Amino acid sequence: MTGFWPTVAAVVWKDIQAELRTKDIVISVLAFALLSLIIFNFALRPSPQLTPVVAPGVLWVAFTFAGVLGLTRTFVLEKEQGNLIGLLLTPTSREALYVGKMLGSLFFMLVAEAVLLPVFAVLFNISPFQPGLLLIILMATLGFAAIGTLFSAMAVNTRSREIVLPMLFLPIVVPIIIGAVVASGTALDGGPWSDMVRWFQLIAVFDVLALVFSAFAFEHVLQE
Amino acid sequence: MATSMIIKKGLFVITGAMMLVILYLIFIWVPTEKNLGVSQRIFYFHVPIAWVGFLAFSFVLVGSVGYLWKRTSGWDRLAYSAAELGVLFTTLMLITGILWAKPVWGVWWTWDPRLTTSLILWLIYVAYLMLRAYSPKGDQGARYAAVLGIAGFIDVPLVYMSIVWWRTVHPQALIGPAATGELDPSMRLLLMISTLTFTLLFAYLLVDRVSLRRNEEEVEVLRGLIEPLR
Repeated sequence: MTGFWPTVAAVVWKDIQAELRTKDIVISVLAFALLSLIIFNFALRPSPQLTPVVAPGVLWVAFTFAGVLGLTRTFVLEKEQGNLIGLLLTPTSREALYVGKMLGSLFFMLVAEAVLLPVFAVLFNISPFQPGLLLIILMATLGFAAIGTLFSAMAVNTRSREIVLPMLFLPIVVPIIIGAVVASGTALDGGPWSDMVRWFQLIAVFDVLALVFSAFAFEHVLQE
Repeated sequence: MATSMIIKKGLFVITGAMMLVILYLIFIWVPTEKNLGVSQRIFYFHVPIAWVGFLAFSFVLVGSVGYLWKRTSGWDRLAYSAAELGVLFTTLMLITGILWAKPVWGVWWTWDPRLTTSLILWLIYVAYLMLRAYSPKGDQGARYAAVLGIAGFIDVPLVYMSIVWWRTVHPQALIGPAATGELDPSMRLLLMISTLTFTLLFAYLLVDRVSLRRNEEEVEVLRGLIEPLR
């Protein structure tokens, strides 16, 4: 039996290789998020005065919904190709499997967001490369991946998984969405860090709870 | 079997009688509130219903933890039945709240922390029921639901905190008089009686739903047995 982190690394590497071959997750997340940014432009018709007000909301709607789309795919390949059974048969801890799958999803979402952010900056005329904003994106995406990986493992075994995952995921991540939108708005306005601290704290508490709970619950979800 | 029937019948009779009593008390006996007028009478439904909704969700938590721990179907029946009733009562709470908000606040809905949290809570448990409907039957679906039942409960304080902070960032004037201050003793008494009545109603419905659920599972097993013979 290999150690915890080698197992995690192996799972992440497996997912990256699969992703490099299929490009399933990153491409679909990117395309969807890009489309939603453009649709929002038409829907809201933001004037130069309105743009800073709506920009954080638009960004997080795009990230959240694209994130759900990517998370839906997390276990689809595993399930369809029978790989999940293979993984479960290996003498590894469920926690290591969870952390590996979670880090994989986190990585794909971050890659997609890194491509989207400059596009968003151009379309909404903002300067996105601010430490505050980047930290929020990192922490919020971690929270999405932490709880999303758990729910994705459940949704993949249900009928109409495309609707089950958003139904499970979106109400639960409301604290992250609120925190991320408000704190991003502050960051984009060039507001002080002190205004953002409590949102960082809130998202951090969510992330920790989601990680601990999911690592514990993953075992119960994966028993076939 | 016999004792559970007696409990069920007893709860039914007591709840039914008390429902008639509180209808009289709410619409005829209790004095009309000075500021809010007659619309305030919905308060004696709204508050007990909200309490029962939250009570039901704590039963979902208990059932879910029990199921993941012991893996006996009794815990799952409790969690599922309580979730159904929780969604029912939370729906009623939202409807009575919306009906009451219009005459008192002038709007059907405000994104106030308590309202918004209730709405999110409702959505989480609607998702719970959907998950049950779409999951494979038996142990797997029960496990999934139990995981969500626990996650939803842990999430609620965070949702509440985030919305309180969100509202303080974007303050919004409360429209109309805020219902604060001391309750008249007769109103307080009626609120307590009404809460007790609705709690008994919940107990009756829960007992009934759990036993119905047991029958449903038995039917499912029997159907599985005769299926190869057909």
